Formats: sequence, C-alpha cells, structure tokens
Amino acid sequence: MTTTITRTARLMVTLTFVGFSSLLAHNAFAQSPLFQPLYEVLTHPRCMNCHTITDFPRQGDERRRHAQLVVRGTDNHGAPTLQCSACHQDENVADDAVPGAPHWGLAPLSMGWEGLNASQLCQALKDSSKNGNRSLADLLKHMSEDSLVLWAWTPGGNRSTPPLSQPAFVEAVQAWVNAGGPC
Amino acid sequence: MFTIRVNGIAHTVDVSEDKPLLWVLRENLKLTGSKYGCGQALCGACTVHIDGQPTRSCVMPISAVGDKQVRTIEDIGNEHIGGLVQATWQELNVPQCGYCQSGQIMAATALLKDNSSPSDQDIDKALSGNICRCGTYPRIRKAIHKIATEQL
Repeated sequence: MTTTITRTARLMVTLTFVGFSSLLAHNAFAQSPLFQPLYEVLTHPRCMNCHTITDFPRQGDERRRHAQLVVRGTDNHGAPTLQCSACHQDENVADDAVPGAPHWGLAPLSMGWEGLNASQLCQALKDSSKNGNRSLADLLKHMSEDSLVLWAWTPGGNRSTPPLSQPAFVEAVQAWVNAGGPC
Repeated sequence: MFTIRVNGIAHTVDVSEDKPLLWVLRENLKLTGSKYGCGQALCGACTVHIDGQPTRSCVMPISAVGDKQVRTIEDIGNEHIGGLVQATWQELNVPQCGYCQSGQIMAATALLKDNSSPSDQDIDKALSGNICRCGTYPRIRKAIHKIATEQL
C-alpha cells in the first residue's frame, strides 16, 4: 500500500516537473510577470493571424491559411489588384460573415511574431528597428487605440476574443509601459 | 438617401445604409451584369471597380461608397483595356456558363491596367478570389497572356 502511494506520488511529482519543464522549454511564461498578460493577448489568433512571418495571412482559431490563397503583397495589403479591402470593409458586414476594420491588412514581416517565445516577442515588440520606430508610449497608443487592434474584441460572429477584456488589456499594457517595458 | 457615382453618372437612391452596393446596382439601378454568387465575398461574381480597385460589391454597404467612383461590367468596355479583355474573351470563347465572367473580366482588366505583362503567378494572385465552377481558368490565363503579348 505504502509502496503504491509512494509510486503514485513519485509519478505525480515527475509529471508535474515534466509539464513545468515543457512550459519552460517553450518559454510560454515571460520572465517579467508584467509582460505575461500581454503575451497571452498578442499570441491570440485574432492578433497573430495577421502578425505572421508568412507571405499570407491566416484565419480562424485553428490559424489555417487564408482562403482563396490570399497573399501578403509588397505593401502588406494583398496583391496589387486583390487588396484586403476588396472584401474587408471598415466594419464587420451586417451578418458578420466577413470581418472588417479600418486599414485591414497584415502587420509588416518585421512585426511577425509566429514562433517567438515570450521573451523574444517582448524584445521584438520593443525593438524600434522592427516595430515601426515606436516608443513604449507609441506601443501603448497602438494597442489601446488603433481601430484594427480594437477589432480583436469585437470580431463578430462566433470568433473568439483575446483572453483579457479590452480595458484589462489596456491596463496591463499601461502597467508594463510604466515599468519601462520589462521582458 | 445616398448619391453614388456609377459609370460616370451620379445616381441618388433611397435605401437603407447597410444595403449592399451589389443590390443597389442590380435592383435600384437595374445594372444586372454584376452577379450575386455567395453574398460573402468568397466567389468574386459581384466584383466591381471602386476607384479602379476590384471590390466585392456584395459586402460593401452603400454607406461606404461615398465619393468613390464605381465602375461596373456595363461600362468596362469603354476603357481601352476593358474593351480588349472583353473582345479577347469572345475570341477565345473563355466563358462556359458565364456566371462568374463579369467578375473575372473586372479582375483581369484591373490586373492588366496595373501590370502589362503579368506572369502566371501574377494572374493567380490577382484572380485567386474569382471562382469559376466551370473551370475556365486555363482559358482565362490564356486570354490574359494573349492581350499582354499582342496588344499591350
């Protein structure tokens, strides 16, 4: 009996350790707890599907390649004569079938976040050579006011929204910026 | 009430602000060349030009048109390249059932205006949103190349 309990306990400890190691290996946790909520929002499909490192956007929570083989294009807004705005209006269509927001398009490749762990994403986010020469204050403005960013919380239909509410996210970004953007 | 410019002519229509441009064109203005396919910007049958850019009129509310110039298949033949596209489409018998072809012609015209010698890849990128159930894609591609090599 005692042996069985000991074995179970050992197994549990081992599994816990393995699970924790696995999370550490993928660096799903930011070193700074102030960046953690940002990481969880920024890696949500509503953000990540257009912050890709590919020549095309993705769609859906499963992050499949965008239908119709839509491409990034040189200006991140699609092929020269098949622009994102050919289908995506300034707001979601009436039945929510096609999402929309102003300046719908992909983030530039330098702002692609796919494959980055929390620490790398944090560094990339702050790197002015990659982030469109934005200061921390500019990042706060972008993440709290840009209409395309805000769309993530009103995506329409049954599209999921980021794990934090929009006000909670702004609060988290503000706290991170106030602390100097720790990673 | 909305006033929109379609094919160079101003039209005032009394419709709700969320009425799709496609239905204003078809029902109010009786311009039925632009087709209703899927209603979700997935097939391209409703493609018109908005300030020269191919746009899916089935998902564009009338309120979003504003001062922009709308051009439809009914008028595209009055443009040099639009005329060439329509003539070549006839010459090569591009359409089969024809339902998607006004959208294909609008997309092909915009492509050739932007790029006078498109590669197969350029054609794919520009027309990938225009679906043809008859599978006329090889003829569409052939017609675009023919125009580019012989007439532009």
